[in-house]
Amino acid sequence: MKSIVNLIIGIFFGIVMLKSEAASWFRIYEMFKFKSFHMYGIIGSALVLGIIFIQLIKRFKIKTFYGEQIYFVDKNKSIFRYLLGGIVFGLGWALVGVCPGPMFTLLGAGFFPIIIVIVGALIGTWIYGLLSDKLPH
Amino acid sequence: MDLINQALPWYVSGPLIAITMLLLILVGKNFGMSSNLRTICTALGANKTCDFFCFDWKGQSWNLLIMFGAIIGGFIAFNYMSGGNTPEINQEVVNELKILGFESAGNSYLPVELFGEDVFSSLKGVFILLFGGILVGFGARYAGGCTSGHAISGLSNLQLPSLISVIGFFIGGLVMIHLIFPLIF
Repeated sequence: MKSIVNLIIGIFFGIVMLKSEAASWFRIYEMFKFKSFHMYGIIGSALVLGIIFIQLIKRFKIKTFYGEQIYFVDKNKSIFRYLLGGIVFGLGWALVGVCPGPMFTLLGAGFFPIIIVIVGALIGTWIYGLLSDKLPH
Repeated sequence: MDLINQALPWYVSGPLIAITMLLLILVGKNFGMSSNLRTICTALGANKTCDFFCFDWKGQSWNLLIMFGAIIGGFIAFNYMSGGNTPEINQEVVNELKILGFESAGNSYLPVELFGEDVFSSLKGVFILLFGGILVGFGARYAGGCTSGHAISGLSNLQLPSLISVIGFFIGGLVMIHLIFPLIF
């Protein structure tokens, strides 16, 4: 049952990614050129609502659908890894126009060259794993 | 039916993304898509190469289901909801892209020059897609999250590390588009 719920949330997310055009390379390019409000509007409105949702959950100690406590784990404090990792991610995001969610949505939509990007992303993840001890965090 | 076939405006898309995050929190999970890349690496045997991949990947199978859902969602949206319609991007951007060699700007969802079937026979095209993917995968893990984990979940929870990451995303993106694109296209 829980699995079906998770799958449905994923399907919902996939539809939103494609229909919002957040999975379009052109929209990402346009965003980094500051020539359209579209992507900023998406991220901005998601954030405003997201902040409200999380504040409400914390304030009213809302539990999960299954009656469990909800915990929010604070991210480890650092600058290096977030800034350097973020920059590398941004370089790739702008080049291929997809982040790790939309790349799977585009696969479903039938844009098969995205498989090359997914293979690359897996290789990149693997390289990070190999080098993580040696990188500044 | 018409409503289903239209592109979603930003003020609908953004809230729907926030609702995706909310639903995941309410089923006791979290919104972070790049973790799946690590899970797949482990499932493919990367745990034999370094400790980073030594974890119980089956404990992450819920997130793989979200990912499979995102694939199915893409299929449904593209085939039954006109999800692959051409985005109405800024005309100045269209003109600019045509000069860079992206003839498909303004008449397709993705640039045919990078995502058309012909790209498989173009060494430059394959290299760009592969290299871009490597940067995305490496960067997401180094930063500990991607657009969903940092820009949406992290910032919604007012996490400073996520703000630093998002600033990084933009520095990288701006450098790529404004400084590197003119060199490679």
